[in-house]
Amino acid sequence: MTAQIIFAGALLVTLGVFAFTMRRIFLYFKFTKKLPLNDIPKRIMVTLKVAIGQTKIFRHPVMGLLHALVFWGFLVILIGSIEMVIDGLFGTERVFGVLGWFYNFIMASGDVFAAIIAVAILVFLFRRLFMHVKRFYGPEMKPVSKADANLALSFILLLMLSLLGMNTFYLLEAHNEAHEIAGFYPVSQNLADLFAGMSDEGIIFWHHFNWWAHILLIFVFANVLPYSKHFHVFMSVPNVFVSRIEPLAKVANMDNITREVKLMLDPSAPMDAGADEPIEKFGVSDANDVNWVNYMNALSCTECGRCTAVCPANITGKLLSPRKIMMDLRARMKEKGPGLIKEGASFDDGKTLLGDYITTEELWACTLCNACAQECPININQPSIILDMRRYLVLEKSEAPSGLNTAFANIENNGAPWQFSPEDRMNWAEDLFLKSRQ
Amino acid sequence: MIEKTKIQVPILAELAAENKQPEWLFWVGSAGAFDDRYKKVTREFAKLLTYFKVDYAVLGIEELDSGDVARRAGNEMLFQMQALQNIEIMNGYGVKKIVTCCPHDFNTLKNEYPELGGHYEVWHHSQFLADLIEKGRVKAPSSMFSDKKIVFHDPCYLGRGNGEYAAPRSVLEAIPSAKVEMKRNKSFGLCCGAGGGQMFKEAEKGNKEVFIERTEEAIETGADIIATACPFCMVMMTDGIKYKNQEERMKNYDIAELLSMSLGL
Repeated sequence: MTAQIIFAGALLVTLGVFAFTMRRIFLYFKFTKKLPLNDIPKRIMVTLKVAIGQTKIFRHPVMGLLHALVFWGFLVILIGSIEMVIDGLFGTERVFGVLGWFYNFIMASGDVFAAIIAVAILVFLFRRLFMHVKRFYGPEMKPVSKADANLALSFILLLMLSLLGMNTFYLLEAHNEAHEIAGFYPVSQNLADLFAGMSDEGIIFWHHFNWWAHILLIFVFANVLPYSKHFHVFMSVPNVFVSRIEPLAKVANMDNITREVKLMLDPSAPMDAGADEPIEKFGVSDANDVNWVNYMNALSCTECGRCTAVCPANITGKLLSPRKIMMDLRARMKEKGPGLIKEGASFDDGKTLLGDYITTEELWACTLCNACAQECPININQPSIILDMRRYLVLEKSEAPSGLNTAFANIENNGAPWQFSPEDRMNWAEDLFLKSRQ
Repeated sequence: MIEKTKIQVPILAELAAENKQPEWLFWVGSAGAFDDRYKKVTREFAKLLTYFKVDYAVLGIEELDSGDVARRAGNEMLFQMQALQNIEIMNGYGVKKIVTCCPHDFNTLKNEYPELGGHYEVWHHSQFLADLIEKGRVKAPSSMFSDKKIVFHDPCYLGRGNGEYAAPRSVLEAIPSAKVEMKRNKSFGLCCGAGGGQMFKEAEKGNKEVFIERTEEAIETGADIIATACPFCMVMMTDGIKYKNQEERMKNYDIAELLSMSLGL
């Protein structure tokens, strides 16, 4: 009974802290721009493929497979974690055992996955600590980013070791007490042989120790995640669901501009509904100008750097790093969010995302080639934010590189970005002949 | 003996005056009309259209810039002014099907004009030519390239941007020649460096130009010809070949030029 009370208390604290954190983060969403979610059936398909099927992570086949195994393993092990919460609250043991063969299957998968995940995490840690993988470096990868990664990996490693420990000593305890074993544990069975000589008390102690260690680690981990880049664990599947599903090259239309342009081209045109709305700012200059999917992207990014590694600007030594754009957006919202909640959307702390975090030099280096968006394993769309910041610079500040200003003037005057007379548009067709053999 | 027939490129306004409506609008695009190198591609594609007896016309001097560069450089106002005027003209002629050699205009017309009231069936010339090949209409291309190695550089706005990797490759397949791929190809393809308005501005400070990085990759394949399907890629690859002093050994052609040449048009 004492154990149940302690467990209930721990669970309550966990849920309480978690709710507090999540409420704060989700309040920030209120300050982002609306964007409708269309085509739900297509979104479900994309989620099944990209999130559950992990298709995009396989663009790096070896590391991709390891990540996919960790992800699929998590899904299976999650069922066991739910069981542990029920067991903890009601003082039962392996309550899902009543599911029979299905339980055996789930437990066996979880046991094997725990071992696979532990090995994968060791590989990940080894890569981060001892191999100089280029995409883990860069000006935006501060020591805290690296510590964040290593901390999360260590957490997961401990989770898996405690899970295997729990299974191992459960088997030994059941053997000692000669009661029936619920589930099937291919890996832990072999581990149990190693500890067969241990005293009964020792076995009971280590069973309890691993059980509590595992569930408490989950509780702590769940509350560390929202403050870490590994918030990814919670956010990435929903992020894939809400991600952009249009062709990558398509740019979102600015409807408020359409109204103005239509009036300009035809002043007698009837004013559409909505024309009386207050004039909004064009483009993005701060964290609360982005739409909610952009912000979701930033919260889901785990800083893997696959985007930056394929960015033509970054490859050729320019400042732009698509990963940094996502990290900056998240950091800026974290900085400005509390003020927004306190003082509302007009809150101004004298800083902006564009300027204090992201420079115009980064923005103008982008070729909008969409290599970053193509590469992102969870469908983050970096180019749309880059373009929205360019829109702010051009439409609100009239600040574009001089070459582009010349092109704008030419397009406006001659209908082409070069300085040619529109009358010469058919010159290419002069003296054109088709040859044929007779 | 070889006979030359003069091609009179049909203009939509003139056909409309005779109450004729062609099946296709050939959207030439600003680069196709004004860039000296890409004008040659426009000419070769017009020859192909004539050769295959396609019922088409161009807008001629009524065509305005699609607005792709303006939009991607952040000037949404200018983009929409261009787009809405183009749409008004095309809708006025009842345009239904468009073919263009420019992947940027292809993307803009296909994906972005509908939100402004322009709904058309838009084809990139690689898809148009691949379709003719599939229908068996491309007969007896010559073997003039049979001792050449061709490498295809994927334009971002055709490939990654719109998922079309197969069509340009099947056009090249129809031309007797050896084909190679760069290490970064299809969805992994590296940009030529000209997209997103870069064509019209100085590059930011870095340690290399993007077009040089890409041309070096193409040179590594040992190809004799870099095939492209985009006016911007063409400028960049041609510059890259010059920069690397490979002009003697390596040429840069659009897929339409290669097909037209191998058909002897």
